[in-house]
Amino acid sequence: MTSSVPDAVLPETVLEVRDLKVHFPVMAGAVVRRQVGSVKAVDGVSFNVRRGETLGLVGESGCGKSTTGLAVLKMLDITSGQVVFEGEDISGYDRARMRPIRRRMQMVYQDPFGSLNPRMKVAEIVGEPLEVHGMAADRTVYRERVASLLDMVGLLPDMADRYPHEFSGGQRQRIGIARALALEPSLIICDEPVSALDVSIQAQVVNLFQELQERLGLTYIFIAHDLAVVRHISHRIAVMYLGRIVEIASRADLYARPLHPYTEALLAAIPIPDPEVEASRPQQIITGEVPSAMRPPPGCRFHTRCPKVMELCKSVDPPMRDMGDGRAVACHLHGG
Amino acid sequence: MGAPLLSVRGLSTEFRTERGTVKAVDDVSFDLAAGETLAIVGESGSGKSVTAMSILRLIPDPPGRIAAGEVVFDGRDLLKLEDHEIRAIRGNRIAMIFQEPMSSLNPSLTIGLQIAEPINLHRRTPWAAAMDMAVELLGRVRLPDARSRLKAYPHQFSGGMRQRAMIAMALACQPQLIIADEPTTALDVTVQAQILALLKEVTRAANSALILITHDLGVVARYADRVCVMYGGRIVEAGSAREIYARPRHPYTIGLMASVPRLDQATGTRLVPIDGQPPNLADLPPGCAFAPRCRNAVDRCRSERPALVKSGPEHLSACHFHDQLSA
Repeated sequence: MTSSVPDAVLPETVLEVRDLKVHFPVMAGAVVRRQVGSVKAVDGVSFNVRRGETLGLVGESGCGKSTTGLAVLKMLDITSGQVVFEGEDISGYDRARMRPIRRRMQMVYQDPFGSLNPRMKVAEIVGEPLEVHGMAADRTVYRERVASLLDMVGLLPDMADRYPHEFSGGQRQRIGIARALALEPSLIICDEPVSALDVSIQAQVVNLFQELQERLGLTYIFIAHDLAVVRHISHRIAVMYLGRIVEIASRADLYARPLHPYTEALLAAIPIPDPEVEASRPQQIITGEVPSAMRPPPGCRFHTRCPKVMELCKSVDPPMRDMGDGRAVACHLHGG
Repeated sequence: MGAPLLSVRGLSTEFRTERGTVKAVDDVSFDLAAGETLAIVGESGSGKSVTAMSILRLIPDPPGRIAAGEVVFDGRDLLKLEDHEIRAIRGNRIAMIFQEPMSSLNPSLTIGLQIAEPINLHRRTPWAAAMDMAVELLGRVRLPDARSRLKAYPHQFSGGMRQRAMIAMALACQPQLIIADEPTTALDVTVQAQILALLKEVTRAANSALILITHDLGVVARYADRVCVMYGGRIVEAGSAREIYARPRHPYTIGLMASVPRLDQATGTRLVPIDGQPPNLADLPPGCAFAPRCRNAVDRCRSERPALVKSGPEHLSACHFHDQLSA
């Protein structure tokens, strides 16, 4: 994707992903295992993330949003394409070469219950990355750092000696965030970080992400299915469908004037918490479900569900087109 | 309005735990008319699901126990019925739809058999005729190729298709009441909208009442006629959906509405979260359960539990200061 804004005025690009593909082989056969196909979880995704911004990645299950996040962190093997992080092409890096990079890129997971080791105290969980990266030699400095991390995410110092099971979901997510912050990363990939939390707690954690971004200049990739939350927290948003980005735009453009019919459908599906507004809102609900990523439809992958489908869409895959103002869309309706 | 279809009065359900008896549902009362959709809204531990399970007496005993109350359905108190009498009502006159269709469908039986079973069981319809009705029902929930789907097993269905099959099963005996407990939480956004619209459409067509249990304020706004907001096992606010959204009269409801981002709202503002954590039911404060998190709480709130009182036409609130609040 290219932008019409000259590069000189853009803030520094932290991450650039070019034509990323992650395909998983599908094996069959009890005696002789052979590959019978592949799941194209991510199939040609390009985007960039600038320093200090939040890029939202939205889409339904199987769209490849989480796989994209894991591939950027190199926690999955990339089939092809480039991941350039802070100017360094890390696409071909092995574990050893990724190690120093991992300090600068961290992940916050959805499940605050499954992602924390239940046998470790909070201080150990938060401090472990410091130990792993040999930054815990001076115990006084180490303890102070752990205390300041807990403080940063709104946890009390006396919580350091407790175990994860003693905490609520929201507090556990704070522990996960403190751990992610330990090595002072520049990029944090947040994979559905609030969707397991109660409504009243979600807002606390969303606000914490925003406060930390302002204080520490963090860059986020925020992966979620809840468009209202994504709109609230993101500066730019990429909408994914079956392994592809179908539309990418600034938050204001995307929500005010969605160009891709799938973006429109996603927005229409989200009810607004106000009965008066809902009563007057056209209810355009698209039919069908997301097809299998093993056998994506030919042409535009969304054509089987698209209310505006044309003959062309059934055979020709629409390329991503630059619409100006940093906006791009892959749809024949916007063929230029 | 005549006698309501369902009248729940003073329902209390307890669970015995290591830390003592926990009142999961405490003195809950509401009415529901035929054809009406009531949403019960709350967060985890608010008692919304236990309320639903208690109506159908699906509370495992031990450790659970319905300690008090009446559940009058079509003139009879369900809590006083013999076991075989309540079994004749479940899946027949009151049907239930659960969050995770995979765990409520039997994986080893075909979809057709599972839909036809209640028809055969409750209506004594012969199997062949019941299977024909299953085809008709699958068509009504818009599962394509209904006849060939009869022989499919649940694992061959997608999440949305399974939930459609669950709805078909719920509709099988033309129930007067359907209780749907977070029926779309496990589904994709666009499929969620399809399933809820379908549920609303089929209940409207049959003039069935619907109890929709959810944590999603948007879903409530789109589909519910009336709302009960639960917190700490009690109803803290109840009324018509329009009233509650336009003029919330409980600080918890006001707080919930301020803490969710809306698609139609200006961006760039911070959400206003509710401070603190949801209450521990084993250790509820003596006064208002919401007092520890309430910005307006005074001493009275911490010592005296507010009753659910009339706060306007079609509006109840359990806040000492319900008439002084503004959203």
